[in-house]
Amino acid sequence: MTSLLVLIPIALGLGLLGLAAFFWALRGGQFDDLDGAAARILIEDDNEGRGD
Amino acid sequence: MNVHARQPADGLAETVLIVPGMHCAGCMGKVERGLAEVSGVDAARVNLSARQVTVRHRPDLTGRDLVAALDAIGFESQLRRGALAKSESAARPLLAPLAVAGFAAMNVMLLSVGVWSGAEGATRELFHWLSAAIGIPAIAYAGQPFFRSAWGALRRRRTNMDVPISIGVLIATGLSAYEVVVGGRHAWFDGALMLLTFLLAGRVLDAMMRDRARSGVDALLSHVGHGATVVAADGTLGWQATDALAPGTVMRVAAGERLAADGVIVSGGSRFDQSLLTGESAPVSAGNGDLVMAGTLNLDDPVDVRVVAAGEDTTVAEIARLMQASAQDRSKYVRIADRASRLYAPAVHTLAALTLVGWLLAGAGLYKALVIAVAVLIITCPCALGLAVPVAQVVASGALMRAGVMVKDGSALERMATVDYALLDKTGTLTLGSPAPDKAVLSAMPAHAREVALALASHSRHPISRALAAALSAQGVKAAPLVDVTERAGNGVFATWTDRPGAPRAVSLRRPDAASGIAVSLDIAGDPAWLIPLADPLRPDAREALARMKALGIQCQILSGDNAAAVRDVARQTGLFGQAAASPADKQDAIARLQAMGRSVLMAGDGLNDGPALSKADASIAPGTASDVGLQASDLVFVQPSLLAVPRAVLASRRTMRVVRQNFALAIGYNVLAVPLAMAGFVTPMIAAIAMSVSSVIVIGNSLRLNRATRLPRLAQARGQKAA
Repeated sequence: MTSLLVLIPIALGLGLLGLAAFFWALRGGQFDDLDGAAARILIEDDNEGRGD
Repeated sequence: MNVHARQPADGLAETVLIVPGMHCAGCMGKVERGLAEVSGVDAARVNLSARQVTVRHRPDLTGRDLVAALDAIGFESQLRRGALAKSESAARPLLAPLAVAGFAAMNVMLLSVGVWSGAEGATRELFHWLSAAIGIPAIAYAGQPFFRSAWGALRRRRTNMDVPISIGVLIATGLSAYEVVVGGRHAWFDGALMLLTFLLAGRVLDAMMRDRARSGVDALLSHVGHGATVVAADGTLGWQATDALAPGTVMRVAAGERLAADGVIVSGGSRFDQSLLTGESAPVSAGNGDLVMAGTLNLDDPVDVRVVAAGEDTTVAEIARLMQASAQDRSKYVRIADRASRLYAPAVHTLAALTLVGWLLAGAGLYKALVIAVAVLIITCPCALGLAVPVAQVVASGALMRAGVMVKDGSALERMATVDYALLDKTGTLTLGSPAPDKAVLSAMPAHAREVALALASHSRHPISRALAAALSAQGVKAAPLVDVTERAGNGVFATWTDRPGAPRAVSLRRPDAASGIAVSLDIAGDPAWLIPLADPLRPDAREALARMKALGIQCQILSGDNAAAVRDVARQTGLFGQAAASPADKQDAIARLQAMGRSVLMAGDGLNDGPALSKADASIAPGTASDVGLQASDLVFVQPSLLAVPRAVLASRRTMRVVRQNFALAIGYNVLAVPLAMAGFVTPMIAAIAMSVSSVIVIGNSLRLNRATRLPRLAQARGQKAA
């Protein structure tokens, strides 16, 4: 019983952490351009970095 | 002044350009790097889904400079009108409810498993309270899209699929809350949350698909494009955007430019291509004092046009009026899911009421009878039914998009599946819509003539020269070396060709002195002149596409605004009969007549003049080269040159509806099994959860078969024709 009192808050806390991370990403515009994000990894960045 | 830019605080301006031609990582890299190299540009960031690039630059750099910079690296682009307006996404507002429902469903399920495996007493009560604490706020938040839609329907005294969903979820939540308070055995939060998660996931997918199709079409629309070179009173030239053109302004329209506004020619004379406006393929001559319409293409000479006020009687205003009327007709269409729920909701609600009465008559207490009746409502909650339509449409739309057909509207596939009569516009739909030189004449010309023709054509931006240059380059012809090239507006390109040292020959590519239709004359001093006729060719695979339509049981007919002779030619080539010289209103009438005869009509068209017909027909499809009005009015847009997209779309929509019906049968079959159990009082939350997820997974699995919905079956007859 006591183990439950520890484990349940941990489980819920981790879940909430994931939810918070998702909302953070959503607000940060991570889901604005899903196709672009998939393609961007293929762009060769051999020249000097540019600011975005 | 740069009307398309806005200025953030740091003094840099931000401009959004639409680049329709971007579709891979290489394009993204090229565009971003190319723009970054322009002096004055701070940063460029591509959004590939929206086919847009956002550029931060010094305010003195104008949007037209950026368009020119992109043109230099080979990308056509347009400034986005209203740079501030972020494109509205249908999927984004659903993402947060989905995340909340998913989180809550998983955690409540975790606790429920404990209860199912035998937690008793204080532990079960603790778990139930925790479930309620997570579940009630999560349902209140994540259920909103359904509650709002159901409330909207009920207020208008209608019902849709969201009504039984909302009732089921709310009743399950209410009963569970009561059970938790009195310390009862069963709480149904897990079922309600799982239902919401599944349904939201289906809707998010559906909305994402729609977003993608919309941004694809959005990229094809010309957001600005149209402006005009204006001549001030003192003769100086300037540039003005279309909306800034006032009546009385004089525009100078170069050859190859589209008119930005209706006007009267004040000097010069030329021929105009009105095919987008009226469907007429032969150019129309207009001279001093003649009225010319916005959207027509100036073919030959630069002309000065004085803008006249756009009155109610202009062609464009008339078309807009016709379209508005038919758009209202179409909104009366009731989607299949809503039709199903009209039968389904009363049926399950009656069943639940009968269960309540039955148990009361059998002598059960009110509480027990209520709990069983509610269990019936929960078990019939249309989880699989709610997924039956959206998942099938998402998979089919995805397959169609890979095949180059964009589905703009959710109900489009449903309406498309019923089609049994097709009306096809000629110019731009059955044909490619742009003149191409006669292949037979080109191959009859000697090699040196072709080389000279290519060299001359490549020096002009006239539409006919460009068509000729494209056709010759495609044949692998190399340009001959020319010197002293001059282009005389309205006349042609003139140059000197030196094939051998010391023997220069005058060559020219010019407007013929007399010719019917569109043609160009190639003169090489010392050789006889070549007359190269240009014609609007049929789309590749047009015949096969029509044969396939016939195999699908769809009768096809040409409905064109062009003159009878031009329609006759295409009718002969395709073996269809046709109606010629149809005005926009005639086209709409033709569809209304067919609909009154009980036919379900598909309209395929591209022009401004097809707009009313596209919105009147039961379903409509337009090529990606269509006018803005055509793109907006049609349900589906195909971006490849092949006309096979039309039978493919019909076939895919029919397959989709077949899968939707199977899905309904599967979902209702599950209910037929589960409802007697529920009515007998045997259903527990665990059984409900298992049944719900199994039926949803089956429906999703069945829908995934639509990934291959666009495959065309073999057609022996069409193959024979192609080989012939």
